Amino acid sequence: MSKKKLIVKGVRLDGRKWNELRPIKIEGGVLPNADGSAYLEQGRNRIIVGVFGPRELHPKHLAKPHKAVLRCRYHMAPFSVDPRRSPAPSRRDTELSMVIRNALEPALFLERYPRASIDVFVEILQADGSTRCASITAASVALVDAGIPMRDLVAACSAGKIDSEVVLDLNDIEDKEGEADLPVAYMPKLGKVTLLQMDGMLSPEEFDKALNLALEGCNKIYELQREALKSRYVKQGEGRSAE
Amino acid sequence: MKRKRISTALAQGKREDGRGLMDFRKIVIKKGILEKAEGSAEVWLGDTRVIAGVKVGVGEPYQDTPNQAVLTVNAEFTPIASPTFEPGPPDETSIELARVVDRGIRSSEAIDFEKYCIIPGKAVYVIFIDICILNYAGNLIDASALAALAALQSTKVPKYVAEGGEVKPLDASEPLELRDLPIAVTVGKIDGSLIVDPTADEEDVMGTRFTVTVNQEGNICALQKSGPEGLTLEEIRKAINIALEKAPEIRKLLMES
Repeated sequence: MSKKKLIVKGVRLDGRKWNELRPIKIEGGVLPNADGSAYLEQGRNRIIVGVFGPRELHPKHLAKPHKAVLRCRYHMAPFSVDPRRSPAPSRRDTELSMVIRNALEPALFLERYPRASIDVFVEILQADGSTRCASITAASVALVDAGIPMRDLVAACSAGKIDSEVVLDLNDIEDKEGEADLPVAYMPKLGKVTLLQMDGMLSPEEFDKALNLALEGCNKIYELQREALKSRYVKQGEGRSAE
Repeated sequence: MKRKRISTALAQGKREDGRGLMDFRKIVIKKGILEKAEGSAEVWLGDTRVIAGVKVGVGEPYQDTPNQAVLTVNAEFTPIASPTFEPGPPDETSIELARVVDRGIRSSEAIDFEKYCIIPGKAVYVIFIDICILNYAGNLIDASALAALAALQSTKVPKYVAEGGEVKPLDASEPLELRDLPIAVTVGKIDGSLIVDPTADEEDVMGTRFTVTVNQEGNICALQKSGPEGLTLEEIRKAINIALEKAPEIRKLLMES
């Protein structure tokens, strides 16, 4: 592991404090052809999510008689990272698609749509660390935008350890050079953690601190998701009354 | 039906095979069972049976880590292991399994990757761990992580020397140096109950699986939550404590085998 300073005089390389999120912008309803969609920027992450469904599932033999099937695809554009990556799905993409599905599923009422599918497609246009969390945050907004009822929004945020300090919301270099990465997804109203992974090394005490920090981040992101959804409907409402 | 039966028993602290909620099945570890692999091991966890083979060769390093050895973990769910396993390319479960095993070994820095560099930027050791599932009876992650580690313990690394920019094999080998023994402990959640070492039937009805990998110093070096249900903070804490308690017991078995 190369040793490059990631925190200088209490400030991270991108100017943040240990408990600070990167600037986040969330916008719902950005793709006309999708049933629901969302665009998210978090630092230099640029992510767009399209949701389709509930709709008839093809191929039919995959349909479940008692509930809908949730399908997720996490995909990175070839130009999203340096150097260019192959557009074919990697093993990492397959795993991330699965954990994102697992993170979203507890929020959905799949039992209401037997034989149907709900499809969530995540396209990473630019990757800058913690993309699985940003994908979940954006996908939640896109699911609401599709009018799909949910138990709660799923907000996701990472914490980690860099230069021996526990910090919030790792960017790309902090993820690569840091000592640990702990992505977390959370449903704040229900108090349920729906994604929890870690690589790197944390003592049990550091893990507690990092988990609590990530949950604080999730709570902040949850408010941003709500604002994004509210402002969209406020704007739409205003638009109609002006006609 | 199955769900109700298992869940009702668990609520009374019982499991179908008579174990307590926090009991592992019998663990058997055999190291160095194959001749053609540089390292190998077989692990039984009750009826779950897994073989890990380690092959060591020489190859090019990754561009961004020119002075580090390359580690690749792969898992194959062979069709003989269960009537529900079909031959074909790895699906998401086997990819996840391989990646969780990989993460534990990598994060614990059990292998000194820089030590296994021959010519920086040009030639490094390439270590393949291939996990082969022979019989599926639940808890493949813990069994596979254990088999991978046992296989690494039995690994003899062939020696090479750098001569004028070329890599030449020597007719000698030495044991792979392992700096840590990361142990994976998977905790399953069925309704309100937490259990360790789930059987295949228990996995069928399990809402969530949470794997905690613990290193020798009692630090956490990998986590993986999987499955369609969420976990409360209380459940996460309990699971971590279970893993911190169980990992040293399993490590002891591994060292005695």
